[in-house]
Amino acid sequence: MRYLPLTAADRAEMLGVIGAPSIDALFADVPASARLAGPVDLPPHQGELEVERAMGRLAARNRPAGAGPFFCGAGAYRHHVPASVDHLIQRSEFLTSYTPYQPEIAQGTLQVLFEFQSQVAALTGLPVANASLYDGSTACAEAVMMAARVTRRSKAVLSGGLHPHYAEACWTLAHTAGVTTQRLPAAIDAEAAVIDAINGDTACVIVQTPNVFGTVTDVSAIAEAAHAAGALLVVVTTEAVSYGLLKSPGEMGADIAVAEGQSIGNPLTFGGPYVGLFAAREALLRQMPGRLCGETVDAEGKRGFVLTLSTREQHIRRDKATSNICTNSGLCALAFTIHMSLLGEAGLRQLAKINHARARSLRDALAAIPGVEILTPRFFNEFAIRLPKSAVGVVNALAADGIIAGVPVSRLEPAAGMDDVLLVCATETTALVDIADFAEALTQELAQ
Amino acid sequence: MRFTKDHEWVDADGDVATLGITAYAAEQLGDVVFIELPSVGKTLKAGDAFAVVESVKAASDVYAPISGEVVEVNAELPDAPETVNAMPEKDGWFAKVKLSNPAELDALMDRAAYEQFLSTL
Repeated sequence: MRYLPLTAADRAEMLGVIGAPSIDALFADVPASARLAGPVDLPPHQGELEVERAMGRLAARNRPAGAGPFFCGAGAYRHHVPASVDHLIQRSEFLTSYTPYQPEIAQGTLQVLFEFQSQVAALTGLPVANASLYDGSTACAEAVMMAARVTRRSKAVLSGGLHPHYAEACWTLAHTAGVTTQRLPAAIDAEAAVIDAINGDTACVIVQTPNVFGTVTDVSAIAEAAHAAGALLVVVTTEAVSYGLLKSPGEMGADIAVAEGQSIGNPLTFGGPYVGLFAAREALLRQMPGRLCGETVDAEGKRGFVLTLSTREQHIRRDKATSNICTNSGLCALAFTIHMSLLGEAGLRQLAKINHARARSLRDALAAIPGVEILTPRFFNEFAIRLPKSAVGVVNALAADGIIAGVPVSRLEPAAGMDDVLLVCATETTALVDIADFAEALTQELAQ
Repeated sequence: MRFTKDHEWVDADGDVATLGITAYAAEQLGDVVFIELPSVGKTLKAGDAFAVVESVKAASDVYAPISGEVVEVNAELPDAPETVNAMPEKDGWFAKVKLSNPAELDALMDRAAYEQFLSTL
């Protein structure tokens, strides 16, 4: 099988036309120090069967989350995705359509986005939502930039419970625009500590619930403190299923809610593509990033959908756009919308209850093990535990037995001095026998 | 009242000048639906974009005809952007600026010169 369509004769003819002696000569303007000295060290091309075998060997080195007991959360969650979701998103009308450049002709795509926005607005308890962003962390960074525009201030205060990757995404985007991010020290149960860091420069405070340690917080008092100082409250959620049980960000006074929507309809894959949820108070609509789909009527009075308020966006406002993101996670948003539609309000509530129940079973099983301390005071489906030894060592030892025990905090917060802290998570996919196996393996490991 | 080629007007009273967009600009934009004003205290340099006016047709920057510090903005405008279409050179004003260099006014067109300029467009 040939991968390259050009023959040596094709190349020689083209080089002759432009008068270049070789393809390498075309790169003569690139400094020699920046060029590779020789060919890249790759095996020669192979037949389809050989490639399939090589890829199969590589894939076998990975251990899929579904291959056994699995307790990782910390921003990405293993949930059951109904087969109908995959079936429907693979319809070519959905699968092959990219962000609509001639949007109004794609009424089906727009209707999905409108339904998605309606669901996000309902879940977050805020009236306006966009058609999605890349993922939760970039949505969080966009919230920082939006708050800076709205308040005309230049500082964001990030709680010690905000997922560290989200904090880094905020810094990455904000610091180039002159917006500073002040990140408070990692803390299991101290979202309200942001209040003491608010001053006259504060554009927003960012808190997370459930936070990266799993702690659930009613942030209403933080909202009041932020508003009293003229700052906005951004509430982050990495586990969207928690919306089924917990008070919504809007109910608690959030001005902006951002979330990772992966949990609903989307598999773990390798950390992406995921889907960022973004919702806000209506007064802030004009400063929102991303695409917005609106409902309207056509010339005959029939219901139709349009992309609306596009003057915020890059193709019209150029460098003064509210964001340089002018696309959305369309297919992941579609999967989210289909799964949410299948669940419905009662279904989501039920799913959330099962998640919490499984996490409580896990808590009870782990709390009974000598040397294990439960650190998270109020949780939804994940929590932090303290072990009598290094969490990384314990995770590696249990992995050898086929049990993926969770995420060591040191992987997320290497400098926090929490090497003995492990984040564990249970969802509806966690069988009670998985919990029993985990507890038994951990008991043995700690007894050694 | 003085005018720019970008269709802003400036009306100086002592060292404070009122800024807005001309009737011609409002007419060309069509129905104005949204206005973003600068914050009071902001320092403007002549030629800087200081406001945004969005109509059903386009979103446009509004440029400061003169330099100075914003001392007041038309707070009623964001809730009633249609005022810009109805009375662009009166109630539809955008901001009042304390002039830092009143001599800049001399470089701008008077009404006769601006109307002459419009006739060439």
